[in-house]
Amino acid sequence: MTDTLVAPSGPARTTSRPGGLFRLTPTSGVGLGVALVWFSVLVLLPLAAVVGAAADGGFDRFWSTLADAQTFAALRLTVVEALLVTAVNAVIGTIVAWVLVRDQFPGKRILDVVIDIPFALPTIVAGLVLLSLWGPESPMGINIVNTRQGIFLALLFVTLPFVVRTVQPVLIELDADVEEAAASLGASRVTTFRRIILPSLVPAIAAGSSLGFARAISEFGSLVLISGNTPYETEVASLKILKFLEGDNQAGAAAVAVLLLVVAIVTIVILDLISRRVARRG
Amino acid sequence: MADTRQIRARKGPVTYLLRAFVIAYLAVLVIWPLFEVAQQTFAPADVGDEGGVGAFWERLSDPSVTYAFNLTVTVAFWAVLINTLFGVGISLLLVRYQFPGRRILSVLVDLPMSVSPVVVGLALVLAYSTGKGWFGEALASVGFYVIGTTPGLIMATAFVSLPLVIREIVPVLEEIGADAEMAAHSLGANGWQTFRRITLPSIKWAVVYGVVLSMARSLGEFGAVKIVSPGAEFRGETATLLIQNRYTNYEEPTAYAAAFVLVLASVLALVVVSLIRKEDHS
Repeated sequence: MTDTLVAPSGPARTTSRPGGLFRLTPTSGVGLGVALVWFSVLVLLPLAAVVGAAADGGFDRFWSTLADAQTFAALRLTVVEALLVTAVNAVIGTIVAWVLVRDQFPGKRILDVVIDIPFALPTIVAGLVLLSLWGPESPMGINIVNTRQGIFLALLFVTLPFVVRTVQPVLIELDADVEEAAASLGASRVTTFRRIILPSLVPAIAAGSSLGFARAISEFGSLVLISGNTPYETEVASLKILKFLEGDNQAGAAAVAVLLLVVAIVTIVILDLISRRVARRG
Repeated sequence: MADTRQIRARKGPVTYLLRAFVIAYLAVLVIWPLFEVAQQTFAPADVGDEGGVGAFWERLSDPSVTYAFNLTVTVAFWAVLINTLFGVGISLLLVRYQFPGRRILSVLVDLPMSVSPVVVGLALVLAYSTGKGWFGEALASVGFYVIGTTPGLIMATAFVSLPLVIREIVPVLEEIGADAEMAAHSLGANGWQTFRRITLPSIKWAVVYGVVLSMARSLGEFGAVKIVSPGAEFRGETATLLIQNRYTNYEEPTAYAAAFVLVLASVLALVVVSLIRKEDHS
């Protein structure tokens, strides 16, 4: 049912045992060494270089870059749009998951596949797909290029699967006995939903929302063609990084990038906390 | 699972309202724009021109377009190969062996999925570009250049799709446990024999699944590649970069043709993934 491209529970980290079973042999030790060197060269050192470049001019410089009116406007727009999209997704994503699990109608399986398409599409293609309907040659006569509504629509498109795919499995697993008991005791459907179903969905909605929020904050590809990149109006954080880099301002690019990195790490931590809480309760 | 038929059987107006809403929402957000892209792809470029498959094919056989797709496939191939080898190795180490820093490493290997693609590109530039990067000068002195070359594209692509294989293998390894491997070991099998005869057959589908996901992600990577690539025609222009360049250059028919190929590739990946899931469950 959930043939999904999104790994809903976030990191596939090892939770079963405090330590592995085997001690390192010489062979596996060498393997670990090679893996760690590659991982450092590919991921850790470059990320450290970003933090280093941001810290280069000291905290004052870092701060003045972010507090610069134009950069701050871009950051604020990014956060506000991401929050709006997350709020909409929390509600609509739950409704979509509900319909996909509880309702039966012909064509439901197709809709289930459609959910994954925004995530499977390359981001630049996602932007182009939206422009074909809402762009300059729109058959609707609506042009979203260089508007905040356009940014909102693009973010809504790319974050569609997150809440749906985290809520869906929880709804499937939900015990119907409790709902039937509530109904037989005279609870209305609204009361049953509010008191019985919603509380068990909240962790999944929260997890899906934080994944979606992180994605929306850092989104780049789908916005390149849509956001006109007008300062103060339609410039978002990721495009601001590109502009800094093209203007040969590495420190500025690194400062904004560090902020995005922090958001990414905070999201991972929040997801970890949620999944542990759920694991403890279950 | 409890019998939910009773609850599902009660269909009020709310059920139909929600169903209609979800269908309309997904139709407007995803299905209609996709349909529009298909139409643009096969539309004639100018009034009086030929449309259809012939024109589509002609746009794709332009040398710069074939160059872009060749480069994309080459980069994706190497990135997926590296990630598969690294992913299988690191998953085995994380699940089966005990070593200091194991838990933190398991969190770190998931980090690349949460980092904005632009930040990935920036990180590689700040680490390896000649002139701006930490190690750029040292690498240049031995004649190795990362930024602006195919190895740089491969690194950027490998970075963003790094956790996909690991996320698939780790849960499977945890579920199957190490009993069979220990039995093989005590019967005198060496490490390689145990891996090839015992471990590999049980993680086979997880590896295939991870490879398909990585392949889809690698073919469509845009943000990270955009930063590390010169991105000019015949010079590091991958398929996604080509789409952006052509679209902004008012050569929309070519952009749509290339985008349509990538849409087909991602839909194909979705179909393959759901087939594998079925195979795996049976």
